[in-house]
Parts: sequence; C-alpha cells; structure tokens
Amino acid sequence: MGLTGIQIYKLLPQTNCKECGEPTCLAFAMKLAAGKADINLCPYVSEEAKSKLSEATAPPIREFSIGAGDSAVKVGGETVMFRHEKTFFNPTPVAVLVKDTEADAELDAKLNKIKGICFERVGKKLCVDMIAVKNDSGDKAKFLAVLDKVAATGKPMLIASENVDTLKEAAEKFKAVRPLLYAATSSNVDAVAEIAKANNVPVVARGSNLNELTDVTAKLSAAGVKDIAIDTGARTIKDALKDNVFVRRASVKQKVKEVGYPTIVMANEITNDPMLEAVIASALISQYAGIVVLSEADPAKILPITVSRMNVFTDPQRPMVVEQGIYPINNPDENSPVIITVNFALTYFIVSAEIEASRVPCWLMIMDTEGLSVLTAWSAGKFVADAMAAYVKKTDITQKVKHKKIIIPGYVAQLSGEFQEELGEGWEVQIGPREAGDLPKYLKMWK
Amino acid sequence: MAFKEPVEKYNNAVTEVEISGLKVGGQSVLTGVYTFDGPVPNAPKIAMEVLDSRPEEWPQTLIDALGDVYDDPVKWALKCQNEYKADMICLSLVSTDPNGMNKSASEAAAVAKAVLDAINIPLIVYGSLNSEKDGEVIKAVGEACHGKVMLVGPADDENYRTIGGSALGYKHKVAANSPIDVNLAKQLNILLGNLGVPMDSIVIDPTTGGLGYGIEYTFSVMQRIRLAALAQGDDKLKSPFINLIGKEAWKAREAKISEQEEPTFGDLATRGILWEAITAINLLVSGSDIMVLRHPEAVRLVRAFLNEFK
Ligand code: B12
Ligand code: SF4
Repeated sequence: MGLTGIQIYKLLPQTNCKECGEPTCLAFAMKLAAGKADINLCPYVSEEAKSKLSEATAPPIREFSIGAGDSAVKVGGETVMFRHEKTFFNPTPVAVLVKDTEADAELDAKLNKIKGICFERVGKKLCVDMIAVKNDSGDKAKFLAVLDKVAATGKPMLIASENVDTLKEAAEKFKAVRPLLYAATSSNVDAVAEIAKANNVPVVARGSNLNELTDVTAKLSAAGVKDIAIDTGARTIKDALKDNVFVRRASVKQKVKEVGYPTIVMANEITNDPMLEAVIASALISQYAGIVVLSEADPAKILPITVSRMNVFTDPQRPMVVEQGIYPINNPDENSPVIITVNFALTYFIVSAEIEASRVPCWLMIMDTEGLSVLTAWSAGKFVADAMAAYVKKTDITQKVKHKKIIIPGYVAQLSGEFQEELGEGWEVQIGPREAGDLPKYLKMWK
Repeated sequence: MAFKEPVEKYNNAVTEVEISGLKVGGQSVLTGVYTFDGPVPNAPKIAMEVLDSRPEEWPQTLIDALGDVYDDPVKWALKCQNEYKADMICLSLVSTDPNGMNKSASEAAAVAKAVLDAINIPLIVYGSLNSEKDGEVIKAVGEACHGKVMLVGPADDENYRTIGGSALGYKHKVAANSPIDVNLAKQLNILLGNLGVPMDSIVIDPTTGGLGYGIEYTFSVMQRIRLAALAQGDDKLKSPFINLIGKEAWKAREAKISEQEEPTFGDLATRGILWEAITAINLLVSGSDIMVLRHPEAVRLVRAFLNEFK
C-alpha cells in the first residue's frame, strides 16, 4: 500500500496540461500520494494506471457493502491496529440469527422485535443491522419462504446453507439486495465462487483454521470473487480473540492478501449463555471483528453492545461538537428558563433530551468549548466565569427573555459567584442539578 | 497456504507489583488476555467495591443484587470474598467526602482496619476522590493498617506527597491517578519516584470513562501507555493499570433508568449488568490489570471471559 509521489508521477501522462487544477503532473502526483486529490480529475490518465493506483491505495482490508438501499451496511476498509493511529472506519454490523426451523408465529415475533430495536444516541441511529438466516431444516422451499419474510424487513441478510444448490437458488432470487452468502469451504469453494460471481454477491469463506481458510480465500480470489468475509472457524473466546488479532495484524502490518478481509464472529456459537454472548460480542467488536452474529434480539443487550461499538468507532481526531448558539426547546417564550452548557455533542444530546422529556419550554445556550465536557472544559479554562459571561453578553438572550436568570450545570457550582459578578447588575445565576437526569424535576419546580 | 501467526513479543515487561501475596503485571504482552502472544504470569484481577456507608445513588437493581450488607462494610467485604470469590476488595471511603458526610480520617481508618483484619484477600483503599481530604484520610489509614501491604490511593498531582509519603512509610502500594493523559501519567510516576516510591510500588489509575461517557478516551490512553512501556521501554510508564469500572458504569443513565420510563431500552436488570460488564471488557482488552466492579453478575461474566485465557 501507499505509492510515493514519484512512483505515481511515473504513471501520469507527464504533459503538465494543468487540467487537473495543478500546475504540473508532479504536483498532482504529490497530492494524490497525500490522499488529497482524486485521480479522476486527470482526464488523460490511462485505465491501467488507474487500476494500479486504486490497488495501491486500497485499504489492506477489503471494503464492501451488504444489502441495498438505505439499510445497506459497509464492512471492512480498516487500516490501523489502534484507533489512536487514525480511526476505525466501518462500525461492525450486528446481526441477529433466525432459523428456518422456527415456527411461523415465533419467527414473525422475532422479526418484529428485530425491526423495533433502534435507539437514537448523539444524533446517530443504533439498530440491529443485519439478519442471519440459517437453513437448519435442510428444506429448500421452507428456507426460501423464510428468506422472503426476512427480506421484507429490508435489513441486509446473511444467507446460510450447507447445501450449495439451495445457496444458488437463494442468491439468484435475492441478488438485488446483495445478501452475504455463507459459506464457501474447502469442499465447495469452486461451486460457491461461481454463485457469488454470477450474482455479484459477497460471500463468507470458512475454514476450520487459518491455514485452511487462506486456501479458500485464495481460490475465491483466483476465481474473481472480491467481496469476501472470513470465518476462521474459531468457536471459543480465546481462539476467536486470537484469530481476530492475528488476521488484523497479518493484513494491516504484513499485507497478507489472503486474510485481507473483514472477519465474521459467530458469538452465538461461542457460548450458550446469552449474557456472556453480549460480553463476547462487545469484546470482539473492540478487537477487530468485521461482523458479529448474536442469537437473540434483546434491546437490553443490543443497546450496550452498540453503544460500545459507537464509542470505539468514534474518530479520535474529530471531537464531536455542536454549533454554538441558543437552542429553543419546547417552544420557549420570554418567561422561560435559560440554561447554559458546553458544545460537546454528547453533553448537548443528553441535556437537550432531558429538557425535551420535561416538556418545560427552555432556552438552551450552547457555548463553544471546543467539544469538551463540562468538567473537562472547566479544568481546561474554557467553561469558566469570564469566558461564559463574555459569551452570554455577546448573544441576544436578553431580547429573548424578560428575566435575567441563568442555570448552570451542578458540576460547576463553584463558579456561580464569579459568573454572577462577571455578568453584572441584575443577573441571578442558578445552580442546576449535577446529573442531567435530574433536570426535568428541577425545571418543573423552576422559579 | 500456511498462515504464519503474527505473534508480537516485546523486550520490556509491565512492572510486577505485589500486594500482600497477590501479584499483578509482569507480562510482556499488550493485555492480560493476549496469552497467544506470550506468557501472562499474573492474570488480570477482579476487585469488588465496598463502600464505607450505605450507597446513596445506586439504582435498586444493584442494591438488591448484594442483599443485606450495607450497614456493615465488613459483612459486605466478606460476602464479596466468600460468595463471589473476588480476588481483592476495594474499600471506597466515600463518607469522608467534605461535600458529603465529611467523616473524619480516624473514623475512616478504623473502618479500613476492620475490613483488612476480617478478610484474607488483599485490600485496596480509595478515598472519596477529594484530593486534599484523601491525603489526610489515606495517611490515617496507612498508620492504622501498618503491617499488611495494601494498595492505597488515589494519589494525584496535588496530594501525591502526602499519599506517596505515607505509602512509603507504611510500605503500601500506591494507585497514581491522572486524567486520561499519557504525559500526566508519566509525570506523576516521576514525581512519586522522586519521593522515593519505587516503580514496583505504583499502579496507574488512568481515570475511567464509563460506557457511553468517555470510555473511548480511557481505552486509547491505556493502549498508548502500554505501547510506550513495552515497545519503547519507557520505564516510567510500565505500571499495571487499575480501573474503577463499577463506579463509572453505574452512573450512566442507561444503567439506571427503568423500562417504564424508557420502554425501548428493555429489561433494566440485564442492561445495568451489561453496562458494567461491557465497560470492564473494553478496558480488559486495552490492558486493565485490576478491574474494580460492583455487581456480582458482572463479576461472574468478566470471570467467565478471563477463565478462557488461563
Ligand atoms: C473523557 C474525558 C476527557 C477527554 C475529553 C472528553 C471531552 N470531549 O470532553 C480528554 C481525554 C481529552 C480529557 C482531557 C482533560 N481532562 Co478529562 N475527563 C474525561 C472523563 C473521563 C469523562 C468526561 C465526559 O465525557 N463526560 C460525559 C459528559 C456528557 O459529561 P458532562 O459534560 O459533565 O455532562 C453531564 C453533566 O454535567 C450534566 N450537565 C451538562 N450540562 C448541564 C447543564 C445543566 C444546566 C445541568 C443541570 C446539567 C448539565 O449532564 C451530563 C450527564 O449527566 C472525566 C472523568 C469522568 N469519569 O467523568 C474526566 C475529567 C472531566 N477530566 C478532567 C481533567 C482535569 C482533564 C484535563 C484538564 C487534564 C489535563 N490537565 O490535561 C484535560 C483537559 C482537556 C484540554 N483540552 O485541555 C477532570 C476534571 C477535574 C475536575 N473535577 O474539575 C475529570 C473529572 C477527571 C478527574 N477526576 O480528574 N478528559
Ligand atoms: S491533468 Fe493529468 S496530464 Fe494534465 S497536468 Fe494534471 S496530471 Fe498532468
């Protein structure tokens, strides 16, 4: 991975025609090398050069999508071992397993439950991302009927059958929604490669260990299949962790092509204890899993698993911030309370959600603290009396309300006196509760 | 194709710290669960947290889990030791908080002594996280508990002289707490070192963010500290880690709010336990050596995970 500017320059026309917007081909090459330009800006570059370049700049772990439309998920595409080196890119999709042996009513209930699990957190949706369907019955017609129902949910599917013929028919039938086929193994790889290629769908390669697995991926790749996920066959916590770490190291650090694919972790097959399953899923999401499969659709488990995933996949170089300003919540008027806090997105979403829940109309003043939380910003000298007063005075809050009362977070109670002094004559600084969860109660009694 | 296992070995090791017969650290691998990279002489430990007074902000699901122990820290600690098989007890002297019950240092020391005498597993003693008062409290605790090695803290950049000095005098180990920052963690270890506290007496408390409330910062700072220790051989960052997990996890709204109030969140008991267990597991894979937990079921889950790596 990673060509130098000079290497890229050699692939360009070297005519310095400037149409790419750069003065010379070399300058353009330098920008490409730094990832700051798009090769398509040069109208004269050859197809061969393009493919060489895209190969050279492709992430060490293949990136592809499963499913279609809005609910499609992207997997793979990771480039580092540690999130602090850059970031992790594609949050591990969480799949829930359904079997074609489940009774109709049971299945419908489960699918409904899966569809219903969706949380909103810090402006993002956390849902069950995929449904894995297993052909346990061995019956093709039954399996296809269940797949119909699952497809109707709109969620991306993993289609698992031991029977190649069944896989083939399912792939043909559902190819428009790009299901992930499970699985190509050393005994069926040629046939499954054919199915994946003919229908342009991604496929899981499975081996009983990493040696066997690399043979399967090599064959798939030779047959022209590119979108591959890998199941290393590990079915214990220790082996699953080991394989995920080894696969990430081999692909990212040593560029071993045969394992340069997202992994799939069958958490449901590692334990029968549903609580432990949730813990294992979270551990492996933080440790390089490309996709995880769970046995149940329980919101009390999906919530902590997906919040954990969201945290680990947050870009460490980009603080999550909201814009500075006065946010009206619940249609406030000139008598409504005024609240001030920081512009860390997490803080904003927590506080605004509590105010909304209280149904008390409020003006929420969000001050730019460079994305730091209340106490962090206070310690860093950004959410402190003089800066806060300067901000309040700069706004037109006194035209929005008739009173001069302002509520501060309980964690910075100590700055109330100085803040009041800095604000000047007539102002009253009120100390709110520490936790946002206590805000509704406080606001309902506010005077 | 033969897959060559990319094992990662380092020439440096996490410093081994011994607390009353129990050792933590010593490994030359990134976390205590990377046993496939090399030996982990001392598996990560689970400590259970005991408060010196009735918990005030705990959700009912957590209170119910431990049962009738809250009016007696000794009874509480013994239950954690005997019934839940904790490796260690972490006594949090929360009642000494000057903004709360403001109990005196000598009262707190008496409680610590009683717990220490009753249990036969190692004891960690933490103050109320009020820097100034903790200095005073830990000094009194050190004096009262002289003779048996404990881990005391948290020492920070303001009280490290008092806490470090006391630990040095009474031969206790120190938990050094800095706010999620590699350089500040190193700086504090240097300051403690200058006082004469040897490196094999220091455990780093890097400050723990709970799941959904800053855990990713702790996750990454621990990985960075461990890499600095093992890959670069930074002697001042080789300490094992302690994480106050239960305390942070149970603060989260998601671990406390009822299903009636948030119908889409599902069963509260399950959610709370997993909030704690998943906070723990993230910090375990990023290098934790001592995980301080509260709920017995979270303890069981983390233990089940750890047991796989024996
Ligand atoms: C993650 C974290 C960081 C991250 C930054 C995260 C961020 N975006 O802010 C990093 C690693 C960068 C960091 C850095 C620092 N940190 Co820091 N950090 C934390 C940590 C672990 C969690 C903070 C967090 O994300 N909280 C979640 C948000 C949502 O909380 P919040 O904004 O307070 O909002 C809550 C309430 O305040 C309330 N609320 C919010 N607004 C309002 C408004 C009203 C009206 C009301 C009623 C309520 C309310 O609702 C929310 C939920 O209940 C805490 C310790 C901890 N475990 O809490 C330390 C902590 C805040 N950090 C601390 C310190 C000292 C620092 C540094 C100054 C260290 C240093 N010297 O470098 C730096 C400063 C940064 C800088 N640029 O200079 C200290 C602060 C000490 C103190 N008591 O003042 C803490 C408490 C750790 C500690 N115990 O030492 N930190
Ligand atoms: S458009 Fe292509 S050929 Fe023209 S200067 Fe840019 S890189 Fe060179």
